[in-house]
This record gives sequence, structure tokens and C-alpha cells, in this order.
Amino acid sequence: MRTPPSLLSLTIEKAVLNLSHFSDLSPLPDHILLDLFLRTIKAGKLNEKVLKLFMATGKDEVLILIQTLNIKHILTPVLPTKDIKDSDIDIVIGALQPDLTSFLNEWRPVFSRFHLIIVKDPDLKEQLNIPEGFDHHVYTKPDIEKAVGASSTILFSGYSCRYFGYLVSKKKYIISIDDDCLPARDNEGNLVDPVAQHITNLTTPATPFFFNTLYDPFRDGADFVRGYPFSLRSGVTCALSCGLWLNLADYDAPTQALKPQQRNSQYVDLVMTVPARALLPVSGINIAFEREMVGPALFPALRLAREGKLRWETIEDIWSGMCAKVICDHLGLGVKTGLPYVWRSDKGDPIESLKKEWQGVKLMEEVVPFFQSVRLPRTATTTEDCVAEMAKSVRERLGSVDPVFNHAADAMLQWVKLWKSVGSVSSTPGDEGVGSSDEDYSGGESEAPECSRTPPVDRELKDKLFRKYGGYISTLKHEFSKKKKKGTLPKEARQILFDWWSVHNKWPYPTV
Amino acid sequence: MASPSTVPATPLLKDELDIVIPTIRNLDFLEMWRPFFEPYHLIIVQDGDPSKTIKVPEGFDYELYNRNDINRILGPKASCISFKDSACRCFGYMVSKKKYIFTIDDDCFVAKDPSGKEINALEQHIKNLLSPSTPNFFNTLYDPYREGADFVRGYPFSLREGVATAVSHGLWLNIPDYDAPTQLVKPRERNTRYVDAVLSIPKGTLFPMCGMNLAFNRELIGPAMYFGLMGDGQPVGRYDDMWAGWCMKVICDHMGWGVKTGLPYIWHSKASNPFVNLKKEYNGIFWQEELIPFFQSAVLPKECTTVQKCYLELAKQVKAKLSKVDSYFDKLADAMVTWIEAWDELNSTGKKPSGNAK
Repeated sequence: MRTPPSLLSLTIEKAVLNLSHFSDLSPLPDHILLDLFLRTIKAGKLNEKVLKLFMATGKDEVLILIQTLNIKHILTPVLPTKDIKDSDIDIVIGALQPDLTSFLNEWRPVFSRFHLIIVKDPDLKEQLNIPEGFDHHVYTKPDIEKAVGASSTILFSGYSCRYFGYLVSKKKYIISIDDDCLPARDNEGNLVDPVAQHITNLTTPATPFFFNTLYDPFRDGADFVRGYPFSLRSGVTCALSCGLWLNLADYDAPTQALKPQQRNSQYVDLVMTVPARALLPVSGINIAFEREMVGPALFPALRLAREGKLRWETIEDIWSGMCAKVICDHLGLGVKTGLPYVWRSDKGDPIESLKKEWQGVKLMEEVVPFFQSVRLPRTATTTEDCVAEMAKSVRERLGSVDPVFNHAADAMLQWVKLWKSVGSVSSTPGDEGVGSSDEDYSGGESEAPECSRTPPVDRELKDKLFRKYGGYISTLKHEFSKKKKKGTLPKEARQILFDWWSVHNKWPYPTV
Repeated sequence: MASPSTVPATPLLKDELDIVIPTIRNLDFLEMWRPFFEPYHLIIVQDGDPSKTIKVPEGFDYELYNRNDINRILGPKASCISFKDSACRCFGYMVSKKKYIFTIDDDCFVAKDPSGKEINALEQHIKNLLSPSTPNFFNTLYDPYREGADFVRGYPFSLREGVATAVSHGLWLNIPDYDAPTQLVKPRERNTRYVDAVLSIPKGTLFPMCGMNLAFNRELIGPAMYFGLMGDGQPVGRYDDMWAGWCMKVICDHMGWGVKTGLPYIWHSKASNPFVNLKKEYNGIFWQEELIPFFQSAVLPKECTTVQKCYLELAKQVKAKLSKVDSYFDKLADAMVTWIEAWDELNSTGKKPSGNAK
């Protein structure tokens, strides 16, 4: 007759089944906690909430076990992207404020899977503060100077610093969000994953040649409506995805000053292609693009005389966005607008900004007729060529209107040069060359995404645990690495576990 | 500008707006719309068998026209009005004396917004028509004149006054307006996404205008809203509103007026038979491939200073360039001319046609 299971083992088994009811595991003795943890894993009941429960106990043994087994938070994006790997994406952040701790911690559930390029505004004096747990590269003034030369560094000051990130990225897709934006929530209260939405926008076709009244026909639950020409239904590649903002919308200073209390609270569940030949203000606050196709057309060229460190004191993104739209139209690429939203924090006093300068607003009046009528020659078949042609047209038609346009044309040509030289260097991130300078930030660079509360490794404790559980853990590890049918452990694993149980059921504790 | 704390009420416009409804069956659907439609005058265009009596629910102020009336009123020009197709509704536009028209299909009901509140589609259309459009530059926050929205940074100030809105194109929850091939492939797809936006369709961009839930400024664009030759004896159907929409958009772009799309939603309850639809649309699907480039490249000379002149010019171009696609377009071009003649006749003499009014 088989020995009946002990009361303790029955209790632990019951606990595994009722994990969802526990809110705090710290009262448990260490060895029982460990056993519970291992049995939870065996039972396949380790989900994010349960993992957090165990981690919250703060017990070293549990945390070391988590590290050893390489257990990570896996967050399913809102819209799973099938063919795009995380390694195809760079998230570029222009740091205009030194302390990125709360910003990055808020974005952790979304950003921690990806590589971040953080570019520090060359005018920022303070050191950057970056929390742990992100795979990232920081670029500061010395790096920029080294890459593009001291004279070109001015291109990248203020909000324009992130363009340097675009330049040095080697990834297929870039997503860029301002450092005063946080994750938004949709109408159901769910956290919006802008990376997933931008990637969906970029990896489904755009439809710029005919307007679909149900908006993006490639979204779930939508399609082309009656009357939409069939020959246009395959669409074109979407190269640029423009997102929106809740709370502080991207208004100019006069508008925000006139309506100081107005905040954008309308979450509009819409993605649409901006039709060909339609111009729009492309805001750089929340943007994503296919680097090779559009990168050369997004540049820091139009610099206001008294450009400031608030978005409504700049116009560089609007200028380059209009150029990019004309170029996309010319090359048959699509531009989408709408979702995703980010939540933009209140910042700045628009009335103070108004006292400074209306230059940006005045300049827009000059440029719209230009953009509406500019035509690129058929011989311009690459984005770089298109930018060069645009620069030529800008100089010819706007140069006499205001000297700022001549500077813009120069900057555009400079950008194309930089793009061809720096932008196409085939080094991989992590190499020196254009590397991260350690001096300016705290927090250390880490290679792989890790759990946010990894304790410093206690060598002695780790060895002790390894001696005791070594074989057991490696068996588990071996099992986890094999592909298995959901819910059923393979026969050998079950046999190992049964064997262990039959030996240990009288005293299943790891203590000697 | 309205003070931020009060939202101005939308005017009823009850003496300035007619509701045009084409029907072949009955008008029971009006019961659901009663709270919203009762103040207005209805123009009912009865398609199909004129000997049938269409019962209009009590309490509505209406005039009703059947085929006999249309023939009587227009005489030989009645040939431009389709028979056995909801395209006949444009007769209602012609005989109306009001500034605005709202047209709706008899299988469209009141929808609910995400909060569960019933949507007053007519009120939203009026809002859309009474506020400017912005077709000359795209605003990324959609209609800047809506409460809580505005023009974004970078939007040129000189364009912020907008232009007059000629057409308000609403959408549909539940049964979406798909063509037959799409209906056959996705028979169970329902539109459940409520998109809280109104936006101006950019100048130079064409779109598929659906006549199910549509309002327009008749004084501005009325003559361009001819719904073509469809139905009985015609080689194509279910392209009436499309045709009107393309002509209308080219003319609006030329005249500098705007077209809005988006809210309001209505609840479309009936999915028409996709096989029947396929037969009707069949030719249209192929011809469309020629029609779109035609409309996209259509240029109206600056001498066309009225909608009628624009429309007659378009008719000329249709005859010249599209007859080679099919002789149908020859007929259609003639019908377009007849339509303008009939419109001018009915609308300039001050003569009021007598329908079966109540």
C-alpha cells in the first residue's frame, strides 16, 4: 500500500490550486515558500500576478531561483505582431529633461522588450537619470560631435536631438515618443500599447488614392465599402504612422493660450490613411516610421530664430512632416494617422511662449502654397534624391521669402549627406564608434530585459541553493526548454517527478 | 466664440429642411424616428407600383410622389428619374423648396452611442452642415469645430475659417455598406466600431458616397445630386449614390465647398441579398475602374461658376470620354442634361408641383 501524502504536502497542493486567493505570501517559512514556488511552476500556474506575489516576499531564494530559471515578464501586446521581431524596432527618446525615471518606469510594460536609443539634448547640462532594466544606448553631446562634427551638432539641439537617434539606428522601424508623454488608456480603461499599434499601422497597407468611409479597411471588423475601386484595394506600403495625444493635445501657443483649460479627452477609435496630395501637420510627439523609406525625409531643418524647449515653440517636425508627406506621395508610400494615443503631460505656459515669438505661425502661411504646388521630378526615385530636390525647390521658391528657408534647404542637404555617411554605417549597436558615454548617466547599461527587482547576486547563497537543488533545477530547466503540448508534461518529465515524489513524499523538504 | 461653459443648442431648422425618403414597402421605421423627425416635412418618393398605397404613420407632415406623379410633373423629362431603384429619391431633392435635405433609407433605424444614448442623427447632420469644413489642410484632431477639439499646431491660420459645408455623409452601425463580393465573403461581419469623429474629406480626394444617411445643402449643391439612371431597364444598379458622390465631389472641389464624413451613425438593419446585389453591381465593378481615373482627372473650366454649369460641363465630358466604355454613359450623359433642365424648370418658375400632400 502506498504511503498516504503528508498533511503538509496536501496543504501545499491545495495552495497551488488557490493561488489566486492569496494577496501576501511573506508569512510563509522560506522552505515552504520555495516548495510552493516549485510546485506552482510544475503545475503550470505561474502567471504574471502569481510571479509578482512571490517576488513581493523579497525572499532571496525565490528571487535567485527566478533569475536562474530566467523567468521573465512576458507581456502580450494588444495586437500581436506576427512577423515583426522585437529586434526590428528601436524606440528613440529625445531627452529634454534629465530625470527619465518616472517616464521610463511608466513605459516599462511597453518599452522593456525593445532596444531604446536615448539622445540627450546637447544643451542639457545635468546628468541623465535612467532606471535599470532597459536595453538602451545613450548618446550625448560628445557622441553627436564625434559622429557628425562640431558644426553639425547644432542641428540636434532641443527637440531635434531625437533625429540623431534616427540617424544612428540600425533597425527597420523607429518609434519616437516625447519624454513628457505617458501611456494612455482607451475607452475601456485598457493601457494603450503604442508600439504595437504603430507597428500594425506600418505593417498593413495604406490606401491613399481613394478615401474609405469606414477608415482603415485592414483593421479588424472593417473593410472596403461599396464603391471602392477593386484595383486600389491592395493598397500601398505604409511608411509613416502619426499618433495622437490625450490630455495636452498638440496645439500651438495661441490656441492653448486662448483655451487654457481645454484638454483632449476624446479617444477616437480611428486609424486612417491620409489621402495623397492632402497635407497635414505631422507632429513629432508620437510618431513611427520605416527607417529606410522615410528616415532621410525626417530631418531637423527648420529652426526658428527663438526656438524653445516647449513643443509649441518649435516647428521642425511640422516642416519635415510636410516634406515627408510630399515625398511619400511622390514615391507612392502611405501615411496613416489616428491611433495610437499617448497621454501628454501638462507643461509650460502658453502665454509666456506667446510673448516670445509667432515666427512659426507666420512661416506656415508662406509654406502651404509651396507644398501644395511643389512637384518632384520623375527622376527622383529614392527618398534621398527627393529630399535633395525638395531642398532645391525650397531655396528657389522660398529662399527670398525668409532667410530661415535658405538655412532649412542647407540643413536638408546636410542631412542627406549625414544620412548617407553616418546613417548607413553597418556597425551593430553595442560597438564603439558611436557609443554610449558612461559619464553622464546613472543606472548602468544592461544587456537583456530582466525582472525589475533583481537583487545583487549573493554568491554564497546561490552556491548553497545550487548544491541543494542543482539536479532538480536543471531537470526543470531542461523540461522548460523543450516544446510541449499545452497542459501536459512529457512522459519522461512526469516520470522524473513521480520518481522524486515516491522517494520524497515522507519528507519533501529541501532541508537536510 | 461660445463661452467654454455653454454649448449652443443646435437649431432645429424645421422650416428649412426636408426629409426625403424613397420607399417601396412601408414606412413603419418612421415610428422609431418620430421624436426626431416629427417637426419636419417629409417628401416621400414611392418607387415601384404606383397603384399600391403607402401608409404613412399618423402625425407626420408629408407629400408623397409615386411614378404617376413623377411622369405628370416632369413630362418627357421624367425619363431621367430611375424606376425600381432607390435612385428615384433624387426627384424628392428636385421638388423640395427647402435649403437643406436629409435623406435616409427605410431600413435605417436610430442607433445608440457607446453610452447607450439614442443618437439624433438629424441633429448631428445639421451641426455638420452649419459648421465649416476644412478640405484644404488635414487636421489631425479631425473636425476642429467640434466641442473639445481645435486646430493642431502647424495648421495654417489663414485656413482656419474653413469653407462652407455642402454635404454631410453619415455612417452605419450593424450592417455595413459593403458591395456584393465583400458581402459574399463576409456575410456575418457587422460594424460595431463607433468612431467618434467627423472629418472633412480633403480637396482632390474622391470617396464612395452612400445615400443611406446623407444630408446636404440643397441651395449650394442640389443640382449635382442626381442619382443617375439605375434600376429597371438599366445595365447597372447600386451605383446611384456613388455616381452622385463623384460628380458632387468634383464640383465641390471646384467651387471651394466642403464635404464631411463620419458621425452621425444610424443602425442599418437589413442586409440585402448579395446575389441580387452582385447582378446589379456587376457592370459597375468593372466600369468603375474607368470612372475613377475619369473623375480624378476631371477639370472644370473657371467659366463654370454655377453648379448647373459645372454639371453640364461634366455631362459633356462623360459623353466625350466614357461613351467608349459603354453606350450606357451616352444615355447617362443625356439624362444628366435632362436633370439640370428639369431642375431649373421646377426651381426657377416658382411653380409648386402638387403631389399627394397631407
